[in-house]
Amino acid sequence: MAAAAGEAAGGGGGSPSSARRRLRIISGHLRGSPRAPGRGALSPSPCKAQGGSAGPASGSIPKKRQELLKWNGWGYNDSKFIFNKKGQAEFTGKRYRLGGMVLPTFKEWIEKTFGASLEHKTTSRASLNVNDVPPSIVNEEFLQDLRATKISYSQDAEDRVFRAHGHCLHEIFVLREGMFKRIPDIVVWPVCHEDVVKIVELACKHNLCIIPFGGGTSVSSALECPEEEKRTIVSLDTSQMNRILWIDEKNLTACVEAGIVGQDLEKQLAESGFCTGHEPDSMEFSSLGGWVATRASGMKKNIYGNIEDLVIHIKMVTPRGIVEKNCQVPRMSTGPDIHHFIMGSEGTLGVVTEVTIKIRPVPEYQKYGSVVFPNFERGVACLREVAKQRCAPASIRLVDNAQFQFGHALKPQVASIFTSFLDGLKKFYITKFKGFDPNILCVATLLFEGDREKVLQHEKQVYDIATKFGGLAAGEDNGQRGYMLTFVIAYLRDLGLDYYVIGESFETSVPWDRVLDLCRNVKERIVRECKEKGVQFAPLSTCRVTQTYDAGACVYFYFAFNYRGISDPIHVYEQIERAAREEILANGGSLSHHHGVGKLRKRWMKESISDVGLGMLRSVKEYVDPNNIFGNKNLL
Amino acid sequence: MPWKELTSKKRDEFEDILEERRLSSDLRYAMKCYTPVIYKGLSPCKPNAIKSAVLHSEQVQYVIKQLAKEMGESPDIIQEEATEILDEMGHRMQLGAVRFFAFTLSKIFKQLFQRVCVNEEGMQRLQHAIQEHPVVLLPSHRSYVDFLMLSYLLYTYDLALPVIAAGIDFLGMKIVGELLRRAGAFFMRRSFGGNKLYWAVFAEYVKTMLRSGYAPIEFFLEGTRSRTAKTLTPKFGLLSIVMEPFFKREVFDTYLVPISISYERILEESLYAYELLGVPKPKESTSGLLKARRILSDNFGTIHIYVGQPVSLRTLASGRINRCPYNLVPRHLPQKPSEDIQEFVSDVAYKMELLQIENMVLSPWVLVAAVLLQNLPAMEFELLIEKTLWLKGLTQTFGGFIEWPDNLCAKKAVLSGLTLHSNIAGLVDGHVVLNDKGVEDGAVGEIVFRHALAVLMCATYRNQLLNVFVRPALVAVALQMAPSFRKEEVYSCFNFLRDVFSNEFIFFPGISLKDFEEGCFLLTKCDAIQTSQQEIYPTDKGSGTVSFLSAMFRPFVEGYQLIFRYLSKEMKEAFTEKQFIPGVRNFVFQLLEKGSTQCYEALSSDMQKNALSALVQLGAVKKKKMPSGVTYSVNQEAVSKILDMFDARIPVQKPVAARL
Repeated sequence: MAAAAGEAAGGGGGSPSSARRRLRIISGHLRGSPRAPGRGALSPSPCKAQGGSAGPASGSIPKKRQELLKWNGWGYNDSKFIFNKKGQAEFTGKRYRLGGMVLPTFKEWIEKTFGASLEHKTTSRASLNVNDVPPSIVNEEFLQDLRATKISYSQDAEDRVFRAHGHCLHEIFVLREGMFKRIPDIVVWPVCHEDVVKIVELACKHNLCIIPFGGGTSVSSALECPEEEKRTIVSLDTSQMNRILWIDEKNLTACVEAGIVGQDLEKQLAESGFCTGHEPDSMEFSSLGGWVATRASGMKKNIYGNIEDLVIHIKMVTPRGIVEKNCQVPRMSTGPDIHHFIMGSEGTLGVVTEVTIKIRPVPEYQKYGSVVFPNFERGVACLREVAKQRCAPASIRLVDNAQFQFGHALKPQVASIFTSFLDGLKKFYITKFKGFDPNILCVATLLFEGDREKVLQHEKQVYDIATKFGGLAAGEDNGQRGYMLTFVIAYLRDLGLDYYVIGESFETSVPWDRVLDLCRNVKERIVRECKEKGVQFAPLSTCRVTQTYDAGACVYFYFAFNYRGISDPIHVYEQIERAAREEILANGGSLSHHHGVGKLRKRWMKESISDVGLGMLRSVKEYVDPNNIFGNKNLL
Repeated sequence: MPWKELTSKKRDEFEDILEERRLSSDLRYAMKCYTPVIYKGLSPCKPNAIKSAVLHSEQVQYVIKQLAKEMGESPDIIQEEATEILDEMGHRMQLGAVRFFAFTLSKIFKQLFQRVCVNEEGMQRLQHAIQEHPVVLLPSHRSYVDFLMLSYLLYTYDLALPVIAAGIDFLGMKIVGELLRRAGAFFMRRSFGGNKLYWAVFAEYVKTMLRSGYAPIEFFLEGTRSRTAKTLTPKFGLLSIVMEPFFKREVFDTYLVPISISYERILEESLYAYELLGVPKPKESTSGLLKARRILSDNFGTIHIYVGQPVSLRTLASGRINRCPYNLVPRHLPQKPSEDIQEFVSDVAYKMELLQIENMVLSPWVLVAAVLLQNLPAMEFELLIEKTLWLKGLTQTFGGFIEWPDNLCAKKAVLSGLTLHSNIAGLVDGHVVLNDKGVEDGAVGEIVFRHALAVLMCATYRNQLLNVFVRPALVAVALQMAPSFRKEEVYSCFNFLRDVFSNEFIFFPGISLKDFEEGCFLLTKCDAIQTSQQEIYPTDKGSGTVSFLSAMFRPFVEGYQLIFRYLSKEMKEAFTEKQFIPGVRNFVFQLLEKGSTQCYEALSSDMQKNALSALVQLGAVKKKKMPSGVTYSVNQEAVSKILDMFDARIPVQKPVAARL
């Protein structure tokens, strides 16, 4: 990692032109809010709240999230898959490359894959019914104290419901058709570290429960309020703590408030010619504090590292007080690293308020690529070799055949006869001339970053390895589409939900020698369980290898099925997901690579880290938060 | 653990596969287009490719390197050794050889057997199973015909031919050994416990074929042909090898298919009887085989092959296996199975054998033999018929699988049995007697030997009933042994008997109470006993059943007592099995000559060995492994105590029975 970082440091980062290019790259798949970041955020600034109410929201995500984001689904209100009048699939909005495009083969794919039909439709309730929402129960004395701090808060039903959930299937299902039994009683918006200190003090004083809320993209039931919680639940929304406090170009670090979301962080850093390079798939919405609290992993970790490699310093407010290190150094030997109590604590110990994170000059050049392999086995062998030679590009992913076909179904209408002719030729070459079976072949997508010359060199090295494993270069376009998919695939679930198709993704990490067995067995287990649980249509059960490491890989599964004819689809879904997790564990995979544990995977914690290990974590919790103020009940 | 359904089992119908063979050309059959159904994940490869994959596998290479280090030899030499092992072991399945067998076996089987009946539904289930997951075929083993017949059967039904674990002694047979090799047999040495390289190569060879779904793997849980037609207690080595790929999740699942092959008349019946009496078995040799040709003129009746429901190993293992040991060590390292794995393997082995037993077809002759043995020296023909018919009902109540056509009257059934088995028994003056010809004018010893031979042959057929009857029958025996009818006391006796006979009959490990309850349930079902809150007692009506059942098992109760007596009285010093067997045989022989016992079955070396291991398990005999071999030493006091328990002179220790 260090070597790669060193190389990139030599690149010509920092120039305004490269910053602009970087911006374009990001907006290529993100296309952020039109509002310009209007604040000189690059000097240490005192708390915004001083002397008045909260300053105007400056991030991409407003305080009233529902104004921009769907209340019962993923992402932006204006971006979604629909079937147009001709019955063709289309992606709306202008935020993504796919926006406004017609996807001619998508309908057929969805019908073929799920047995779904456009005639069989379910509809979500149109809007939140405020009467269903559990009332807000907040002690008046606390409210008085809270008002005295001038910290912005809300007891509005919509605000509270929006912060009562993440994006697990069952949570979205509840939004569409039911109501949560327990939601936060009040939402507070601290704008700086000191605000958080005050809130935590008040919570201790009045014995309240705090659930920190960052980007709300959890897929582990981590944001769900424990039903049996009798105390007032305060949702501590960090979204207004979103400034970059300073940038240290000499040490290449930046100190950032933890509520900033990924896209704003990169956008604002880019203005100074920097980036963190941390790009989890949820980066449009997820926050820095959330990354720290869940041990997040980014798509380009091969160059930039995962969150634990990126973080230099963390400030966290706990009921016991503030925990932080006394210096901002690359490494220290002072007993077990306290950062590792914080990273992955999932909001059970306190609120991360400020993080010093490594930054890099924005890379000069970026290039996508893709390789077709005759089968998944060869593809995995190639990735293993790439990892062995430690020459993995910024990102390298291998999708199985089902996902390859899925990606294919999302191909927009081609603009000219010439491109379609070219596509035909390519297909002919691969399937007929090279003898690849279109129902077996699989594709690796690549993303290279760095200075131009080195990227091209690197590219050649990787393609040479791929050739040894029977791989054929399949173009930049396929690669780029693969990555774009990552961002829009979350939108797809909402479309599926309209047509009786439910699904979700889950992930694991696994040693290299078990990758193939794990992938095969988990997919097969899903198919089997579906059959046994009475699912009438064959499920989509597909995987991709999304990260490579020296000793293993991260594998990501998508699983979806048509639930027509099943009375309790969510229960069936959860049983199958649970079986799939059992299968993962039996195959030597981990409980989670980066999604975290939350409440969804708690039952396996003991098995995962041993009794004693669990006891160690418990004793930390007992010391830091003896009254369980941070009572979201995650992890332990 | 509801491993056995007691209520009426639904079983499949049989088809005779020889019928078709008698109607059409064997040559055309042998040359038919053979495109077997194969495993869905199979990438076809040649036998030699498998060998090379095994040789270069991480598993074998690891052991080679280890051994090279330990012995200070170059890895090349050990690799060479491994290659030789593989060449000795490996099969070379060839379609040509298969066709040759298809042709000759058609001819031979038609000559030997009247019918070869197969449950076609079982074959269909097998066909599905073979496509879905790797399959392990687990047939019962009564005869050399078993594996020939099974391969023949799979060929007939266009299924992938199995690779068969065969004893290395076959290789001693010229031509035939190689022919078997080409028909899919691979050869394992009889014992290779100490040889790490052999074990590694063998295990990897089997696992490679299993993982790739190359072919169904076939072996005999019993390890060898049962000379008594009674299921032998299972061996675990091969079973744990074929289960390992699933434990390590190298395969999604593995199907275990219990197959019950029963013979109306066993080809080797007289050979077995001689062998049990200590006349050594002839070595496998081609000329021996040719000499055996004369049996071709004999009639061996019908074979029934029942292919059981494929059992998913994954389902069996669900919730039972701690996955941790397999996740923390690289999968290619040899790893001693943990205790819970060993226990699981043993449970599965017993379960499979119980399934074999459950589906084993019993011919009317089996019933006749059982009745006859209780009524020696002669039994009135009409009475025999009546009793046979009665026993048929009882057997069916106990879940036995009798193949008795609806339109077949009892008399005909008994008569046809007597005809087929005229070498064992015959009808003389309206009485049925054992056929121990040449007895009249011989010496006493000769007479005893002749009679023992006939009894043991006859017992081979009665034995087929025993595992179906063992639970209710041991309750019946316990009822007679126990000092009172109190449940605890009857159960104590039952438990004692079950422990003593644990090598003789097949009991699922650790469920004594359940077995007892099943026995009681079955006896209640046939009105032989009644149970109250505290007591179990025979009904007036049922006393006949109870005494029949205990008489059925008397040879074992008495035989064991004789053998125990021998051990407690005669064996003061450490001894080997080689000393024990002739010793006890002489001991029993003398008693028989004197007429002080009628227990001819105690002459059976099978029973003698089982009794000895029972004592080892009960702790009354110490087994020591010495470099020169295994020796035994008797704890006289402990053996006497067990004998006293048999005689009910002292109460058996009370086992804890919470739920009685």
